[in-house]
Amino acid sequence: MSDIEVIVIGGSAGALDALLTIVPALPEQVSCPIVIVLHLPPGQANLVPGILARICARAVYEAEDKAPLVDHTIYVAAPNYHLLIERNRALSLSIDEPVQLSRPAIDVLFESAADAYGPGVAGLVLSGANQDGAQGLWQIQQAGGVAIVQAPATASCPIMPEAAMRRVGPAAHVVRLEDIGTFLTKLVCAKSRGGA
Amino acid sequence: MTDRSVRDVELGLLLDAIYLRYHHDFRSYAQASLKRRVGSALLHFKCETVSRLQERVLGEPKLFTELLRFLTVQVSDMFRDPLYYRTLRESVVPYLETYASVKIWAAGCSTGEEAYSLAIVLYEEGLLDRALIYATDINPESLRSAEEGVYQTERITKFTENYRLAGGRASFGDYYSAAYGGAVLDRRLKKAIVFSDHSLATDSVFAEMQLVSCRNVLIYFDKTLQERALGVLGDSLCRKGFLGLGSKETLRFSQHAAEFTELVPGARIYQKI
Repeated sequence: MSDIEVIVIGGSAGALDALLTIVPALPEQVSCPIVIVLHLPPGQANLVPGILARICARAVYEAEDKAPLVDHTIYVAAPNYHLLIERNRALSLSIDEPVQLSRPAIDVLFESAADAYGPGVAGLVLSGANQDGAQGLWQIQQAGGVAIVQAPATASCPIMPEAAMRRVGPAAHVVRLEDIGTFLTKLVCAKSRGGA
Repeated sequence: MTDRSVRDVELGLLLDAIYLRYHHDFRSYAQASLKRRVGSALLHFKCETVSRLQERVLGEPKLFTELLRFLTVQVSDMFRDPLYYRTLRESVVPYLETYASVKIWAAGCSTGEEAYSLAIVLYEEGLLDRALIYATDINPESLRSAEEGVYQTERITKFTENYRLAGGRASFGDYYSAAYGGAVLDRRLKKAIVFSDHSLATDSVFAEMQLVSCRNVLIYFDKTLQERALGVLGDSLCRKGFLGLGSKETLRFSQHAAEFTELVPGARIYQKI
């Protein structure tokens, strides 16, 4: 089994609340970079990095083009840009057309992560009001990565998790919000031992 | 060999074919977004594989013109990121005013929104009559469209809002008239702009500028090509000239970082040392 090298997370309505539960619950052993796409209105200041920085000990940045991914660090997509991960483990941005009416789109991040890391990706779809992320999570799973979905009953907006569950099928790990931190911790640590 | 590796080989062959046949060099573009755009092209041209697309593009020059649209066209708004234009107006214009003639390069101008935005700023600051804006791109279709300066009416609301936030001194309505089912930009603006073909991947410096504006272009290049392009952009600037980048582009990870200082943090306007 290979190690989890990156965690990618996507969500829209209700996802920030979910992150406030998940992120502080991740212990230091979860060292890999975390890359997050949230649907936000374009043209406004992105408050998410500041909020996350206040609730955890990790460095949190708004994603910048060509930034190399660093351990113990969280990257949040900038409004109005797609966020992708390159094979050389650096971020890249694009202003290509919106996908699923969204820019940034979760599908775009997830697809690039699957291509860059293959089985080394854990993808997580959180609360949200459209179907973005479903296709990308399926691609992560197809490439050998781990597909995780916030249990719809624990999401303030279940449309996005439900769409992801439909697309990925039984291979998706459906996890209640309060258990996601523990799930990710076990996943990352178990896989590290397996790969050692 | 995995499916993934086979697809990488196919993509490499497609880019080689395009370069050898049409002299457009996409070989050093950032791969992740390029793959997505090639994927969209496969659907559009009803090609099952990248190899099939490669075969067709070699034989059908017309198809290449259309493919180029998939590979290059990025729609931008006029006055996208109003803070950028506000900073140009407040901090760069006073410097430009000290020159008898002002030369500006809008590199990767796509369909012209940025070049016209720059022209409006210069007009309002009384500099347009002695200014020349070179607006360049690699896509001839985009350049033609830029030269026409006609935009869909439904985009004007956004342009107007951006213009206001960017510190516009008049009314955006002063700069266009409705015709041809769209908004036609004023001739006064067009007169100051020269549209021309130029590739940051293969061409070099062509004039000395006081301001080079190259926004959301470098994000499409890989690290190596980005360094080459930054070299060309920097070499085009006179001493103390300005380089404007997109709001999420930075020189921080570049070997050219030491050649510039950041004028106003956040606005992504750099001054050559």
